[in-house]
Amino acid sequence: MHLEYFQLIDRILDLNTVEKTITVEAQVPTQNTIFEGHFPGYPIMPGVLLIESMAQTSGWLLVALMKFERMPFLAAVKEAKMRGFVTPGELLTVEASLVHEGSGYAITEARVKVNGKLRSNATITFSHIPFPNPALRGHMDAVAKRIGFPQQALQP
Amino acid sequence: MSSTFDQVATIIAETCDIPRDTITPDSHAIDDLGIDSLDFLDIAFAIDKAFGIKLPLEKWTQEVNDGKATTEQYFVLKNLCARIDELVAAKGAGA
Repeated sequence: MHLEYFQLIDRILDLNTVEKTITVEAQVPTQNTIFEGHFPGYPIMPGVLLIESMAQTSGWLLVALMKFERMPFLAAVKEAKMRGFVTPGELLTVEASLVHEGSGYAITEARVKVNGKLRSNATITFSHIPFPNPALRGHMDAVAKRIGFPQQALQP
Repeated sequence: MSSTFDQVATIIAETCDIPRDTITPDSHAIDDLGIDSLDFLDIAFAIDKAFGIKLPLEKWTQEVNDGKATTEQYFVLKNLCARIDELVAAKGAGA
């Protein structure tokens, strides 16, 4: 997890394009300036970043389902619940599953767990469009490599 | 069409918190009811689920942007319901 670059996901553990599910791993850093402000003497991971981790996880599922031809963008977050604190150094398992694949949009349900225990969940809506430019596509290719995006997910 | 309209009007009323009695077959979802594109995604999701179809929003938007269709053709509710009925019929024919 590189919070400064908004890279919330470290590694894809499982990506199933038949079941339309994904599981990723994300290591919360032990030290970060975010924790100096949130909160002094009581550092916890901001809920918006847990939501972002669920959005990024869902996004990679959608990228795979759309064969890396379209880019999903966060459109709406519903029923987001912060069920327990996430603290520095904890290892997150983030799961997402596809709820609905519409025309130009998709809806997922996502969960953040620590040691199997649910800490946060949300229903997330994305709009998606063809990659708007080669730079973004190149960036996503690089991130895919970093997080171990399984290329076989793109096979027909 | 009337039952399709009743379902769609109920979906719009519940999804966008619009009084049901202000929604008529001649209402334009955008111009009259003030529904924006993000709220319309919620409506599309509910319609997709309720009717077991996939509203071709991208195609419609493209046609409107290209000047090949007007928003009235797709977003006046009686026309939207006619499109839904066509999609349901096509799905039935293909099953």
